[in-house]
Amino acid sequence: MALDRWIALIIALVFLIYGHTAFFGMDDLLPPILKRNPIWPSTFPKILSIVGVLAAITVLLNFEKSAKQVGDDMDISKWREYRLFDAVALIAGMLVYALSLRSLGFLTATFLFLALGGLLLGERRYWLLVLVAAVASYGIWYLVDSVLGIYMTPYPAFVGR
Amino acid sequence: MIEGLLLGLQTALSLKNMLMVIGGCIVGTFIGMLPGLGPMSIIAIMIPVAISLGDPAAALILLAGVYYGAIFGGSTSSILINAPGVASTVATSFDGYPLTRQGKAGKALTIAAISSFAGGTLGAILLLFFAPALASVALLFHSSEYFALMVVGLSAIAAFAGSGQVFKALLMTIVGLVLATIGEGAQFNMPRFTMGIMDLQSGIGFITLAMAMFAIPETLFLVLDPARSGKASDKQSEISNLRITKKEAKQIAPVIGRQSIQGFLIGVMPGAGATIASFLGYAVERNIAPKAEQEEFGKGSVKGLAAPESANNAACTGSFVPLLTLGIPGSGTTAILLGALIALNVSPGPRLMQDQPDIFWSVIISMYIGNVVLLILNLPLIPYIAKVLTVPRTFLIPFILFFTLMGAYIGQNNATELLFLVGMGVAATVLRFASYPLAPLLIGFILGPMLEDNFSRATQLYDGISFIWERPMTAVLLVVAILLIVLPALRSRAKTKG
Repeated sequence: MALDRWIALIIALVFLIYGHTAFFGMDDLLPPILKRNPIWPSTFPKILSIVGVLAAITVLLNFEKSAKQVGDDMDISKWREYRLFDAVALIAGMLVYALSLRSLGFLTATFLFLALGGLLLGERRYWLLVLVAAVASYGIWYLVDSVLGIYMTPYPAFVGR
Repeated sequence: MIEGLLLGLQTALSLKNMLMVIGGCIVGTFIGMLPGLGPMSIIAIMIPVAISLGDPAAALILLAGVYYGAIFGGSTSSILINAPGVASTVATSFDGYPLTRQGKAGKALTIAAISSFAGGTLGAILLLFFAPALASVALLFHSSEYFALMVVGLSAIAAFAGSGQVFKALLMTIVGLVLATIGEGAQFNMPRFTMGIMDLQSGIGFITLAMAMFAIPETLFLVLDPARSGKASDKQSEISNLRITKKEAKQIAPVIGRQSIQGFLIGVMPGAGATIASFLGYAVERNIAPKAEQEEFGKGSVKGLAAPESANNAACTGSFVPLLTLGIPGSGTTAILLGALIALNVSPGPRLMQDQPDIFWSVIISMYIGNVVLLILNLPLIPYIAKVLTVPRTFLIPFILFFTLMGAYIGQNNATELLFLVGMGVAATVLRFASYPLAPLLIGFILGPMLEDNFSRATQLYDGISFIWERPMTAVLLVVAILLIVLPALRSRAKTKG
């Protein structure tokens, strides 16, 4: 089965769970006064779940001969030729950045993300990499925190502000 | 009116106010380029500066300059790195980014700048002549018409459904609508589908979803296939080339004219705004384009870029109509502007034109000046802005991902949002591999809450769905929506059979 149909199957299952919650899990919690309204919080999700399951089944059963997306030239069948390790490592890097932003502080987390990201992608001019990452981390922090007034924890949690 | 115009010219052309509009455009453009900082946030940030000026006319001129600058700045990140930081520039990326990938970033930015300029200027002319009349017409629109208008907006998905993709586009729209139901809706004030996660109470952030759908998959594709980035940056001389051919100018001129008027009229309606205007502008232009040009939409069509750009700028101008003439903010941005005006002891409304004509007219005049300033400021800068793409990928890719993360973080100030961003970004990459169009998902997400809220209000007012046949305008809009969906589907079917 092609990837798009597998995805349609997963979406159909998600919609079934969503619909089950809308039909059987939401109305009991509704205050009596809201039950007088013609539209309840569950009304729209109920409609969406039905239409969604039908649309997912249509794609799953391949009623419409699917064409390749406009302008998209990536092909899943060539996955062995792609740099999967780099992509997975960058995704992991983003997750680590998200989890460590508060504890490491903006400056350290951003410096490490930019420097290690560049290193991973093959940059070998180490001094330039360190310099760019350091200047960008501080510059963006200064712009966002001091100029725009949006607070960002700059230092690791154990140092304090 | 002539007296008012002269008074407005006198006020707006004073050295102080000229500096305000220039400063506002510069600040707005540069901060607007950062994903996550849309016009609303930038205006909110600039309010203390504006109020400290003490002069309401100068303050409003500064904020109007910031507003225009931010809209153009947002288009820049959409075109260059496929990262629309605000909803109204999502449609810009549909053809703007493909042009960048063809090595025509300079041309794409020039078309965006010219379309924005024309949209803003035509909008300002319409504002000048029709503001009071249009304001009263806008008030005739009730929740049932807004509901129908949102359905028309959703019908834009048909424009993104390539050959044999109508059901996939529909499925993605429903996924977007479903994602929009997560969190506490404005209408019911009750958490839905939050799965007990506190961070989902306020729903999924628009910026998070926009970055996940567009910026992350594209950047991961650049990582997976390094040759992909080479295709654009190989054509270094073309990147900063701003020239538009005569043929292209002829193609975009009528689009700009049509979409400036349509965008302005949509902007006048409170609650509709630049986002709907840009989506509808794109959908309408695709539907009325000749068959051969229709195929170009989504692949780097100059018409597909000019349409949303002129429509969103004209709509921004249009949103000033209810604000200045009725005191009703038609969008989040104009609501913030209203707050700033009240803080400056100015009460926008029907009497503003009589009581404080200098403010009313100088704002309108400053819109012309702001658009000219933006064009003069941006055209010489475009070659330098476009050069961003020639930065080696070892630096460019981590920076794009970092700005994507920052956009989501600044928007919600919540690290959990970053985890959603990465998760949804990976899911979007898989969807792209499977040839699912992602634009309909974002359209569904943006229009979903407005659709549900207006539908709920209309059904409460009419105690059912009788508003569909009792209000002629609603019925007409719904018929238009059905035609917009059915006609391309039929055309696609006929083409497949043929």
